[in-house]
Amino acid sequence: MIAPVTLQPGTKVRVKLDWPETRGPCHIRTPHYVRGETGVVERHLGNFPNPEDLAFARPAEVKALYHVRFDPKPFWKEGVAPEELVIEIFEHWLEEAA
Amino acid sequence: MSDILETPSDRLLAAVRGLLVAKGVMTTDEIAERIRITDGGSPAQGAKMVAKAWTNPEYKALMLRDGTAAAEMLAIPMRGLPPLGVLEDTAEVHNLVVCTLCSCYPRAVLGYPPFWFKSAAYRARAVRDPRGLIGEWGTVLPEGVKLRVVDSTADYRWMVLPRRPEGTEGWSEEQLAAIVREGDMIGVTIPSIA
Repeated sequence: MIAPVTLQPGTKVRVKLDWPETRGPCHIRTPHYVRGETGVVERHLGNFPNPEDLAFARPAEVKALYHVRFDPKPFWKEGVAPEELVIEIFEHWLEEAA
Repeated sequence: MSDILETPSDRLLAAVRGLLVAKGVMTTDEIAERIRITDGGSPAQGAKMVAKAWTNPEYKALMLRDGTAAAEMLAIPMRGLPPLGVLEDTAEVHNLVVCTLCSCYPRAVLGYPPFWFKSAAYRARAVRDPRGLIGEWGTVLPEGVKLRVVDSTADYRWMVLPRRPEGTEGWSEEQLAAIVREGDMIGVTIPSIA
C-alpha cells in the first residue's frame, strides 16, 4: 500500500508530543527535542517502509516522509541556535497545526 | 546478550557472515562485492561530484534534484543504498549536516564518517550551538549568512554542495576536486585555496 501525500509544502505542522519509549522497547526516528514543537512542511521526500517496524522485523507500512523546517531558537536557552533546522519526519508523527 | 557484546568483533563478524551464507540470505561473492563497494566510498567521490557541479550547470541541476542519479553518472555504486540528497550552499545559506540520533552518513560518496561525526558532543552541539561548533574548525560565516542545520534522522543521506571559492576561475575539474575536503561536504568547513 502506498501512502498518499497529504501534506503540501508550507503546511504548518506540530510534531506529536508522544514518548513511545516510556511504553516499552521501540525504535524512533523522531528526535526528542522536536516533539511537541511546531514547524512547516518544506517538501515530501518520498515514501518509505516505517523504520519503527523494520527495526523489529515486523511487516512495515509504507509512510510518507517529509522535510520539516523549524525555527529552533526557542528550543534551548543557551548557545546561539541556527536560523533554520530541517528534520526528516514521518507522517504519523505530524498533525496539522492551526 | 552480554555474551554477544563481549565476543571479539572479528569472531562475531565471521559468525554473522557464515550465517548469512548458510541461511541463503547472501552468497560469499555478494558479501565480498558489498565490502568492495563500501571500501570504495571516500570523500574523493563526493569531491568529484562537487567539482563537476561547479563546472557544469546541467550536472549541478541533476545533483540537486536527484543526488543518487548524479552519483551513478560518475560510476559511484548506489544500488541498494538510501537516496542521496544534496544541500546547496548559496550566498545566503550555509548548510550543516548532523545525525542527532545516530550516525547516518552518505558513505557511498564520503566514505566512513570521521570519528567526531558520531560523537555525542558533535551531535548535541550541531543543533544547540552550531556556530560555536564550526568555529572549532576555524569556520566563520560571513555576516548575514543564514545557518541551516539538517538533522539526518531517517531514510535520506545528505551531503553539502559548497560554494566554489574565488580565485579558481579556469581550473579543471581535477584541480577543483583536489581542494574539496570531507568537512566541506558536511558543512563544518568551507573550501578554500589559501
